[in-house]
Amino acid sequence: MKDVPGDMFYTESHEWVKMDDDGIATIGISDHAQGQLGDVVYVELPQVGDAFTAGDPCAVVESVKAASDIYAPIGGEVVEINEQLESAPETINDDAYGEGWLFRLKADDASEVDGLMSAESYVEVNSED
Amino acid sequence: MTSKEMASKTPFYQAHVDAGARMVDFGGWDLPINYGSQIDEHHIVRQAAGMFDVSHMTVVEIKGNGARSFLSNLLANDIAKLQEPGKALYSCMLNPEGGIIDDLITYYLTETHFRMVVNAATHDKDMAWLEQQAAGFEVTVTERKDLAMLAVQGPEARQKTASILTAADAEGALALNIFQAAQIGDLFIARTGYTGEDGFEIMLPTDVAIDLWDKLLAAGVKPCGLGARDTLRLEAGMNLYGQDMNEATSPYVSGLAWTVALKDEREFIGRNALLAEKEAGPGKKLVGLVLEGRGVLRPHQNLVDETGEVIGETTSGSFSPTLEKAIAMARINRNVTGHSLVDIRGRKLPVRIVKMPFARKGSVCDGILG
Repeated sequence: MKDVPGDMFYTESHEWVKMDDDGIATIGISDHAQGQLGDVVYVELPQVGDAFTAGDPCAVVESVKAASDIYAPIGGEVVEINEQLESAPETINDDAYGEGWLFRLKADDASEVDGLMSAESYVEVNSED
Repeated sequence: MTSKEMASKTPFYQAHVDAGARMVDFGGWDLPINYGSQIDEHHIVRQAAGMFDVSHMTVVEIKGNGARSFLSNLLANDIAKLQEPGKALYSCMLNPEGGIIDDLITYYLTETHFRMVVNAATHDKDMAWLEQQAAGFEVTVTERKDLAMLAVQGPEARQKTASILTAADAEGALALNIFQAAQIGDLFIARTGYTGEDGFEIMLPTDVAIDLWDKLLAAGVKPCGLGARDTLRLEAGMNLYGQDMNEATSPYVSGLAWTVALKDEREFIGRNALLAEKEAGPGKKLVGLVLEGRGVLRPHQNLVDETGEVIGETTSGSFSPTLEKAIAMARINRNVTGHSLVDIRGRKLPVRIVKMPFARKGSVCDGILG
């Protein structure tokens, strides 16, 4: 598996979360996930102001091959969406951990990330298959 | 044991892995879904030349004095149309109720030898059906497991293939008309395909298969996976068995009326059911859809009218790399024309009903983009 950033948290459903100091969480999908999906052609994002609890379906990433639901890794309110993905959804393939981020949440409880996987665990779980 | 360990490997397996393929289990065969980007592979076939390993497809020899009469009874299209050695015919074979058991291509080789290519996913039931129907005819039905198959497709496919053959063989290959085939050395070369582009489908002995692959690769033909094969055939308006048609759908509701030869008195399996359906008027039709806005069409999305009543369902759907829009095939009430609505996750989005194909020969067909 390609380098998995150590400063993020990961879910079993392949989302990543990066927390900043103000309790804002940036959310995307892993490079492993984009590789499985193939060419991404459409992204359905939540709206700013939408509120989710952890595990809620909140976005859809569609490749040529399939549609994949994205689940909120932690609870919070959407404060920003990556509008660039509307015209350039393939950014997720090109830079899953960077420019291909999906949306930002104001976390209800920043400590929720403690229940997620570290980069090390994520690599371990996904190298079994 | 997992299904992965069970999957059959084609003679090109190692070549796929070497080319960086992402392999998937496809009906019991280990095949490449893509080699990186299926969109890039799609464009290569529309614009240059790509090759697909289609060795999973089932090749069957029909031999004997009764070969022609057997096929005349078996197929909804009329084998009498094949009078010139090498010519090919696309047809469905039907059950007595007029449902499609499979779609296939038959090549006329000699009066006592026809060759048939049927789908891989339907292998077991097709072979059983052929054996069952062969009883009573002076004919043998034999599967050719010793043949590999490679489809070379795209506007440069024929020239690039010719470039790796001897001068005499190249001349023979380039002389083939559309839907015509010939045995040229080790290669059985047919000018057929499943992409909407010109090109060849080549059958050859498994032990020399990799040699052909390597030469084509060196000639600049790019390996393409099942992903691109599916978007190419969808743009070309070609049905996929099991998805756009099955044993519960007749050719009339599958956009295949043109493959049914009813004109003369020829008896064939399913004829009476088709006559009855034609008399009553088929209730549905298979159409093309183009999504007006953003999103992706997928199989099994409902089509609804303004009141929300379901009037049809998509059978295949994907993002079209050539149109850069979502397209689909859908089975819909026959009286619906012009526009409809598709239900995507509860949202009702407008789709335009179009006459297929969507794209072929490198570009979008007339009337598709409105």
